[in-house]
Amino acid sequence: MSLGLIFMYAALALVVVISGVGLITSRNAIYAALFLVLNFITVALLYIALGAPFIALAQVTVYAGSIMVLFLFVIMLLGAEQLPIAEPLRGQRVLGILLAVAFLAEMMLFVMLRGAPTIAGQAVSPEFSTPATIGMLLFERYLLPFEMTAGILLAATVGAVFMTRQPRPEHKSALPAVREEGQE
Amino acid sequence: MPMSYFIGLSVVMFAMGILGVLLRRNPLVVFMSLELMFNSANLLFVAFSAYHQVLDGQLFVFFVMTTAAAEVAVGLALIVAIFKAKRTIDLDQMSSLKG
Repeated sequence: MSLGLIFMYAALALVVVISGVGLITSRNAIYAALFLVLNFITVALLYIALGAPFIALAQVTVYAGSIMVLFLFVIMLLGAEQLPIAEPLRGQRVLGILLAVAFLAEMMLFVMLRGAPTIAGQAVSPEFSTPATIGMLLFERYLLPFEMTAGILLAATVGAVFMTRQPRPEHKSALPAVREEGQE
Repeated sequence: MPMSYFIGLSVVMFAMGILGVLLRRNPLVVFMSLELMFNSANLLFVAFSAYHQVLDGQLFVFFVMTTAAAEVAVGLALIVAIFKAKRTIDLDQMSSLKG
């Protein structure tokens, strides 16, 4: 493998890790969201390098585009950029870091003992993952899961609207003036 | 690129997501950390799809994406509803079920 390619992969991994660290350390939720967008776009570049351009574009449009816009919209709607720094639960931070490090060590150990394939796979051909082949597979072998995700999306949309709706006034014809009179 | 590169990167991303879920008290940042974990799983799907020359892994990335989108919609609606009821979204304040 050429030196330039190794350098490119190392730079992508570095950007992924730095943006992830920025996501979990930044005080401001807006900055965290922007770090996550950077992370998504970098992973999309890795997808292109792996021979999955359609997934990469879906990642950029769906994740970095619409989902993060939804996040930013809710952050600004609630004014929840920053929370007070004080830590009410004692020992939570230390315990959390310990558990995350334990998980990381466990997974690394598992991958090493399990013997991950260290050789590189052969490069995929450009015809491997065109939108046409993905669509054929999606509508032939994976038609039932496809329909089920449609149902999940519909249920989620209805649920989101239902949970955030305004409570309906009991009598629509009740005039506001009459109500004020009654309160007085 | 050897597979161990992608596996290691995915494991590190997943650990960072766990760290974010455990440490942060802003539920929006917790959701973003969840997205980071979804993303690391997707990266492994695509990497193994290319390694084994089987397209099915990439299909699963689509299903993960749609499910994540549904989860984000419901989760953000829940956060907005909780904010309307309690006027705060601090996760440590949500202790109504504590005995």
